[in-house]
Amino acid sequence: MDMNQYLEVFIEESKEHLQTASEQLLVLEKNPEDLSIVNEIFRSAHTLKGMSATMGYEDLANLTHKMENVLDAIRNSQITLTPEVFDVIFLAVDDLEAMVMSIAEGGDGKRDVSKVVHQLDLIEKGESPISTSAVEVAATSAVLDTEEMIEGEYDEFEWTVLQQSKEQGFNSFEITIALRADCLLKAARVFMVFEVLEKSGEVIKSQPPVELLEEEQFDQQFTVTMITKESSEELKNEIMKVSEVDNVVMHTLDLEGVRHAVNVKEDQIAGMDNEEQTADNAIMLSSDVKEKKKQPSVKPASSKTIRVNIERLDILMNLFEELVIDRGRLDQISNDLDNQELHETVERMSRITSDLQTIVLNMRMVPVETVFNRFPKMVRQLARDLNKKVELEITGAETELDRTVIDEIGDPLVHLLRNAMDHGIETPEERLAKGKTEEGKIHLKAYHSGNHVFIEIDDDGAGINKERVLNKALSNGIVTRETAGTLTDKQIYELIFASGFSTAETISDVSGRGVGLDVVKNTIESLGGSVTIDSKEDEGSIFLIQLPLTLSIISVMLVAIQNEKYAIPLSSIIETAIIKKEDILNAHNQQVIDFRGKVLPLLFLKDIFEVPISQAEEEFLSVVIVRKGDKLAGLVVDSFIGQLEVVLKSLGNYLTSAFAISGATILGDGQVALIIDCNTLIH
Amino acid sequence: MSQEMKVIVFKIKDKEYAIPVDKVSGIEKLLHITRVPKAVRFVKGVINLRGVITPIIDLRVRFGFEEVEYDDSTRIIIVILDDMEVGLIVDSANDVLDIPVNSIEPQPEVVGHLASEYISGVAKIDKRLLVLINLENALSLEVTENILKEG
Repeated sequence: MDMNQYLEVFIEESKEHLQTASEQLLVLEKNPEDLSIVNEIFRSAHTLKGMSATMGYEDLANLTHKMENVLDAIRNSQITLTPEVFDVIFLAVDDLEAMVMSIAEGGDGKRDVSKVVHQLDLIEKGESPISTSAVEVAATSAVLDTEEMIEGEYDEFEWTVLQQSKEQGFNSFEITIALRADCLLKAARVFMVFEVLEKSGEVIKSQPPVELLEEEQFDQQFTVTMITKESSEELKNEIMKVSEVDNVVMHTLDLEGVRHAVNVKEDQIAGMDNEEQTADNAIMLSSDVKEKKKQPSVKPASSKTIRVNIERLDILMNLFEELVIDRGRLDQISNDLDNQELHETVERMSRITSDLQTIVLNMRMVPVETVFNRFPKMVRQLARDLNKKVELEITGAETELDRTVIDEIGDPLVHLLRNAMDHGIETPEERLAKGKTEEGKIHLKAYHSGNHVFIEIDDDGAGINKERVLNKALSNGIVTRETAGTLTDKQIYELIFASGFSTAETISDVSGRGVGLDVVKNTIESLGGSVTIDSKEDEGSIFLIQLPLTLSIISVMLVAIQNEKYAIPLSSIIETAIIKKEDILNAHNQQVIDFRGKVLPLLFLKDIFEVPISQAEEEFLSVVIVRKGDKLAGLVVDSFIGQLEVVLKSLGNYLTSAFAISGATILGDGQVALIIDCNTLIH
Repeated sequence: MSQEMKVIVFKIKDKEYAIPVDKVSGIEKLLHITRVPKAVRFVKGVINLRGVITPIIDLRVRFGFEEVEYDDSTRIIIVILDDMEVGLIVDSANDVLDIPVNSIEPQPEVVGHLASEYISGVAKIDKRLLVLINLENALSLEVTENILKEG
């Protein structure tokens, strides 16, 4: 079968399942008692395992299988959740993600995961994953698994039943039934085994639970606990009569043993000295868990969606623009002909096309969640690496942004979050010394405002030390001593965005890898956005990112230079002005004007762009005042045409390096207007 | 029976040139061209080709001939090269021909002063002489530099 056609779906869905797993793991870490969350993760892992096995990615399937075993043990309360167990599961998810990424990039999805697999094995056996080197790895055998099953926990009810039946002369057995590897109808065999068992006694517990057995959600073997008056030999023979049963291991249940096993388990996993812990305590604990387990799991409402290749949307958009241009022509014709019916039809068509435009644009909008959802895991891992306690709060993840912006904004955000964790949030000791809570808090917030989306990263850490920033900027020659005195607090904070700037005294693993915040600033500005900082020492910092809703539609001012039309992005424009020719001053071969007390260089676009001259110069000059960062310049044009929203298009692969042009757009009359890149005009 | 190749035939300055038809995605009448400042001289600018911004090359300039005013017979041949769409301005284009592959001769010395890098061969059919264009080189911005220096 040709799997290629399914590959894309497989990759997308795998990513989704891994994302769910990561998210739920984080939730679980906060509520380790809530086993319904484990079920959620288990489901994701199980689906992933099935999918990857079908697609032939054995390594992926195997690792998922190991992880599933551990999850299964967790939800059956055989394993207590410790931070170490979480670490290993997170590592496994990381590895799985790396494998899926490798497949997505055309690789074979192979990866050395022996370490994680080994750790998962250890956890599965109820040992601490930390003592990896100390513990010898034994090959997983059926016997070992059986041993482990025997250590299974019983809740208070089951325990009472066991005790009472023992008093009445019943035998209690734990029976592990292994089916043959080639068994086709596992559920049917389970049913037959249960029928045999129920004829001779009562099954009080099965592992995995009956409902999973019925769904064939188990491997080759399962364990049941039953009370019966029959002897173990008789029972074993009866079960062996069921075809396709490979092996039956009987184990007489020793109630003292159960109690003991529970205790040992607690000891091993928690790594605590629990000699005094009574059986009663253990039972209380497990019944506690049981209660939580019974809470119904809340299923997230699924929305009906369809995956569409972004290229198809682009094609749709192109066709749509053609339609808009033709609409403009129709409008013109209908005006010329002055026919009432034609007028009405054209007007109706105009309305429909503008509705359509909104829909087409909305189709490209993606909730910022797709970027945000990888952060909780990253923050968790970083916090552990840095030995800090950090809580990440996310709000507004449903805020929508254009796909093109979403694709670009991930890396800058990662960088700012790392920065906040490394430089912002202090160590727990420092925080306590400052009278703060041990746990630092980072608030990641997204929201709409006007035609923009804002993303805020707000931490309650150390804030920015002005003196240190200034000293560093002085020593790096970013500011001079004279200007340093005149800077406002905010301007000083902004210095950390200057290239070659890092306040980290020691180069850590987290930041200081040669990539500074200047890259963040540049990326955001290249998206037509901006980033600002505010900070208060010892209280924290806020990074505020402003982004356009979409990159494909921008607001521009259309200007004319002789017979040519150019568009200047509104985001670069400060204002427009009409100046008299005699107001132009000359300074160092550069024509300048005095603009509200500031000396602005004038750039004559018709000279810069070598526009063919066809009209005489006028008395007054139209000037568009644009900015790049703090620098201003006046662009001299012939006339302003007006402001409009245009669809941004690239000049294509052939003209990759057009001078001072960032793209093009198609105007209502079908002509192309070039969009001026103000950043390259101002040095 | 010899193999045949389908080509689009167009004219520049009384000479006939040919491009394999599979490289051509369309032939357009002259559209409004927006000049791109400081682009290389033979890049006339960009056009709106059904919503796609398409760069336009004037083959006259490219081949080093004198420029002429565009008229009613001027055509833009849209060619596809490495996923890029580029329009070529030619004096006229009105023929699709099947030429036998064995009639193509590799040596283009007969073509006069036209730089041989642009040419992949010549084909003589009856009394017509078709110059087959090497699109890769004709569009390449690197080869240009050399030719401009030599020229």
